[in-house]
Amino acid sequence: MRARRTTWHGLMSATLIALGVLFVAGCETLPDNAMALSPDSLQQRQLQTRRVEGIDEKALLAASAGVLQDLGFNIDEAETRLGVIVASKKRSAIDTADIITSSLETLAVDLVFSLVFGDHFSDDGEISIDVTQKIRISIVTRPALDSSGQPRKDAQVIRVTIQRLVWDDDGNLTHAESVEDPKVYQKFFDRLSKSIFLELQAI
Amino acid sequence: MRIRYRLPVMLGAALLCGCVSSIDQVTKTDQSAVQMRSYQERAFDTADKEQTLRSVIATLQDLNFVLDKADVDLGTVTATKLSGYELRVTVTVRPRGDSQMLVRINAGYGEKAVKDLKFYRDFFTALEKAMFLTAHEVD
Repeated sequence: MRARRTTWHGLMSATLIALGVLFVAGCETLPDNAMALSPDSLQQRQLQTRRVEGIDEKALLAASAGVLQDLGFNIDEAETRLGVIVASKKRSAIDTADIITSSLETLAVDLVFSLVFGDHFSDDGEISIDVTQKIRISIVTRPALDSSGQPRKDAQVIRVTIQRLVWDDDGNLTHAESVEDPKVYQKFFDRLSKSIFLELQAI
Repeated sequence: MRIRYRLPVMLGAALLCGCVSSIDQVTKTDQSAVQMRSYQERAFDTADKEQTLRSVIATLQDLNFVLDKADVDLGTVTATKLSGYELRVTVTVRPRGDSQMLVRINAGYGEKAVKDLKFYRDFFTALEKAMFLTAHEVD
């Protein structure tokens, strides 16, 4: 009995080491379509873009910086001549629904392992949960074009893209993703309209 | 358990990667500068640097990137894409003669430079659409 368990463990360690080496050596490759326009890129663009009338580019950028501050972002980089503002913030990523799901998943995995190996393989019984996230946002403005294709001074187009990195309680990166939820962008632009109003009042 | 396997995994990785001092990575490239530029660089028939940079930024946003940095004087834009993976690119725009702009992009993925030709072709195809101009190969 003792000998059988040792063989099992030997086999498992060999497999784990082989997998570990493959992982560390970076067998993962970049997806083939990483730089290709995806079919939903137009839809994403519409979701992330608004046209703002009655404002020049500088004032719109100032209003954008204002709304970023309202939302607690820190500005990392700005190049007004290109209509660019980049900002980020670190926040909690604790999500109660997520914790319940991952606990159940861990329990299920433990159960399968005990059934297959007849042993408590996952003896630490640790449940990892997402605790921290870094949210990054870039805002890009450009003058809207008039009917003859010339840039207008009093109308701008603004596009916002958001992404986030999430870490668990062990400090491991668990998510690295673009934020594509329409509600997030809708809320952001609602805030922006108010900030633009305030900005125009001040002028 | 994690600690018990760390040493064999590290040794295995070291064997696979060959015995190279890690500081050599600073100046290490697999290809010649000429070879790299042939797929990383294209010329566009415009003299407008700022507009070219704005088109580059719009293209990167279309491709789901979030910007990290932009500098109009230096003509550089750096951006990151997160989509289960982390991809970082830098694009430079500089004049070539009086009537052209040279656009060059380089990319890093994980711990490696991206050398896939399709990757660069896809970028310039997307940029051509945003610029309404053809990307010329540079000799």
